[in-house]
Amino acid sequence: MTTYAEGRTRLLRNLTYAAAILFVLALLMDFFYVGPEAQQGEAQRIFYVHLGSFLGAFIGFTAAVVAGIRYLRSRDPKWDTLGLSSVEVGLGLSTITIVTGMFWAKPIWNVYWTWEPRLTSVTIMWLAYAAYMMLRAGIEDPERRRRFAAVYGIVAFSSVLFTVIIIRVRPDTIHPAIGPTQASPEGEFEITPRIRDTLFFNLFTFGVIAVTLIWYRIRLENLFLHIERRKMDLLSQEG
Amino acid sequence: MTSTREQSRTDIHADTPVETQAEVPPQVTPAAPRVRKRRRPVTAYWRVVGTIAWKDLRAEMRSRELINSMALFTAMVVMVFSLALELDAQARRSVVTGVLWVAIVFAGMLGLSRSLAAEKDRGSLDALLLAPIDRSALFFGKVIGNLLFVLVVAAVLLVLLTIMFDMALMKPLLLLVVLLGSVGFTTVGTLLASMSVHARARETLLPILLLPVVLPLLLSAIRASSAILEDLPTVEWRSNLELLVIADVIFLVGAYALFDFVVEE
Repeated sequence: MTTYAEGRTRLLRNLTYAAAILFVLALLMDFFYVGPEAQQGEAQRIFYVHLGSFLGAFIGFTAAVVAGIRYLRSRDPKWDTLGLSSVEVGLGLSTITIVTGMFWAKPIWNVYWTWEPRLTSVTIMWLAYAAYMMLRAGIEDPERRRRFAAVYGIVAFSSVLFTVIIIRVRPDTIHPAIGPTQASPEGEFEITPRIRDTLFFNLFTFGVIAVTLIWYRIRLENLFLHIERRKMDLLSQEG
Repeated sequence: MTSTREQSRTDIHADTPVETQAEVPPQVTPAAPRVRKRRRPVTAYWRVVGTIAWKDLRAEMRSRELINSMALFTAMVVMVFSLALELDAQARRSVVTGVLWVAIVFAGMLGLSRSLAAEKDRGSLDALLLAPIDRSALFFGKVIGNLLFVLVVAAVLLVLLTIMFDMALMKPLLLLVVLLGSVGFTTVGTLLASMSVHARARETLLPILLLPVVLPLLLSAIRASSAILEDLPTVEWRSNLELLVIADVIFLVGAYALFDFVVEE
């Protein structure tokens, strides 16, 4: 094994164990440490996974912007690998955000889905990154694919910003928010110390999970590229 | 011109004491080119922008392949909407801005993909890229050309909807919203269309790439136009109008910065 340093592999393995343990602890906190919320009751417990997975997705999409800028500056393919990996992980985690939101909405709003500003904007965000994957699939020249993906990864981030700020500026949203919004200037629900602990622990956990997943995806992509190169070498030898 | 300017300069300096006599020629000669040098990049830049937009317009005036299909397409979108939604007078009032913007966006995408695809298929894009001009001038030229097409479509639509939906759509504020929305839409659209022309299924890829990015802009454009049509007070639509302006500025700056990377080869 010359492709990957042994130390890196060990570090990633430890990170994986840490992520798994943190996730179990976070779930235990969601179910046993924090009590049922005053207004929403038991359904509120899913909120920690909901916000945590969104943070993970946010990390992914932000990493894609950074990777895009770095790629356009340096033209080093490793930044494109980071961009692809973080968008994929971000897409997966934002799917979790949407699905957990739906399960929360059924008991609270009595429907799985409603056309509410933030639900609309998060769907737009998801579609933008699905379009990123389509763009990659549609362009054959590898150099051009990397370049266009970097550009679109930057452009698509506008939908993430839109999702983050819409809840603060639109007065007709019913999506709960921490802190002041146009809809309710003094904040939606009261944050007890236990809610705060659980929330921060979950956010940290999902941050670690996102980084770990992105790392795995980078290694997978490197293996793909490695196999691709080996194939090319083999073909050129035969020819 | 130059002689009179020199004349006046020497006149001014003639009032001052003797040693300025020697300074006059070196002062005058650098002064004249300096003024021209400061102006030249700006005018030349915008002349290139204008030339490219004018080229698109002239090609279109001769072939009429784009504007006819876009206008017919918008008429059909209006028909489909009124048939599909079975609109009565009340329903027409509530959906008219939605119909307006959906038709603008769909017809606009038709034009965008066509404008860049024609450029690439005829090989004229390579020639434009080889020209010793600023890439951003090329971009803004294409944006202005596409914007004019979109605005023509919007004008057709406004007339069409005014007649067929029996509503007074010709309000200055609504026209402003249409202009702002179209600017943002064509800016991102031109950027993304110049990427999608290189893809395998380019006609389907452009809507997929473009819609998620412009939907936020579209949302505020639709809200602002509805509120203006309903004659609601200023507070109802002002934030949406501001959002439109902000989005336009972001899109213009972002596309300006990114276009170079899209077309380089």
